Amino acid sequence: MCMSSTSVNVKGVNDGLLIIISPTEEWQAITTELANHLDKQVSVFAGAKVTLDTGERPVPKYELSSLKALLERRGLSLLVVQSASKTTIESAESLDIRTHATAPVAPTNTSENAVMGDEEVAIDPEESGTTGVMIRRTLRSGRTIHSRGHVVVYGDVNPGAKIIATGDIFVWGKLRGVVHAGAEGDTNAIICALDMNPSQLRIAELITTSPSGKRGDIRPEVALVRNQQIVVETWD
Amino acid sequence: MGAKVITVTSGKGGVGKTTTTANLGVALARMNLKVVLMDADIGLRNLDIVLGLENRIVYDLVDVVEGRCKARQAMIKHKQFPELYVIPAAQTRDKTAVSPADMIDVCNQLRPDFDYIIIDSPAGIERGFRNAVAPADEVLVVTNPEVSAVRDADRVVGLLEAENKGPGRLIINRIKPEMVKKGEMLSADDVFDILRIKIIGIVPEDENVVPASNSGIPVTLNEGSRAGVAFRNIARRVHGEDVPFMQLEEAPNFLQRLSKLFGGGQN
Repeated sequence: MCMSSTSVNVKGVNDGLLIIISPTEEWQAITTELANHLDKQVSVFAGAKVTLDTGERPVPKYELSSLKALLERRGLSLLVVQSASKTTIESAESLDIRTHATAPVAPTNTSENAVMGDEEVAIDPEESGTTGVMIRRTLRSGRTIHSRGHVVVYGDVNPGAKIIATGDIFVWGKLRGVVHAGAEGDTNAIICALDMNPSQLRIAELITTSPSGKRGDIRPEVALVRNQQIVVETWD
Repeated sequence: MGAKVITVTSGKGGVGKTTTTANLGVALARMNLKVVLMDADIGLRNLDIVLGLENRIVYDLVDVVEGRCKARQAMIKHKQFPELYVIPAAQTRDKTAVSPADMIDVCNQLRPDFDYIIIDSPAGIERGFRNAVAPADEVLVVTNPEVSAVRDADRVVGLLEAENKGPGRLIINRIKPEMVKKGEMLSADDVFDILRIKIIGIVPEDENVVPASNSGIPVTLNEGSRAGVAFRNIARRVHGEDVPFMQLEEAPNFLQRLSKLFGGGQN
């Protein structure tokens, strides 16, 4: 799902949408075009988390709040605002939206005490908007983990436990339960485990089970999709 | 300081919760400790039968909870051990007749006068299980060396962890060393590999157990029984003694290797 024009650019990223708006185009044109685009594919986007990139554009609070409402009416939630403009960042903060300054926000005046003391220095994520959950325990029978993003388990996944993730699944331990990576159709998702012996593996729409019978050496393995099939290979 | 409350549970039915409760109670009483056993399996009462006390029941746990009698009045004294008592479950009602808060309340009434209160949990993970676990200071999880029993035990351990009742300690019941050797039955190691909780006892399969339960004389009173010895060892470990695993218990890991090293070892 990708759409771009001079005023709005919508991209599907790992766990949601990245909407980049033009720094110069008229605001009215941007919102109209965005609304039209989202309405065409409302079922695809429903429930998605949105990261909004406004570039250099200063977006006042009332504009940002109307855009937020526009997204919410279509079942999308505005999670993060990225901007190089201090005005936009402040607007987002006053609306309780997470912010991410994409470039050093220039202080409005150059007096010595205008240090950005209360602004946290944002860590630049390699992939913006990629979320993950870390579970530091063994998942026992009956436990189910759902995640929009990646899942890392530091412990075992016992038989009867289940993980469903839209992203990748890493098990730093024994994998013996049911895992579903790329649960929303991402065939690039992978599943890794130090000891891969799951009752069932799923990636996107594909399903496989572990071969029965004696197992060879136990070593870290990775499951991925190749030629429309799940293959399990040594992890190196 | 008062009694320690120990709940015996399993998830799956028929793995030996009631047998364990009865034998643990008798074994602790033989160590001159004051013990009350409580049957939390309301509607399916069993513990009194295994201890041969069925015909002495006047009041039961539901009578205590609903105020028709004092806890003391519902306690049946064991024929052989004057410091061993049983509070039977009601036979006519169901699990909803008692709440977790009621169980905590009854245990708190009994705590000052005893060393151990041992609660026999019903199978399952619903209300009856929650009733039985609510007052527990420690939980013993009983399982058999079977995949289905281990799966249920794993679920129970997860629920105990969620309720902050610790992971509990594990009893592996009805293990047959010959079958394990042939690879036809899970070994204690295999069970531990999944559950990863401390093992407090491994009870071998023993044909003395069924007749003992039927006659109301728990097997631990039979000096020649292998299961009886295992239950006595569990009681000592519960009471804080460091009892090594015997060879016939088919101890996991190093003890097994150790005994091989010494050419079979003694029991």
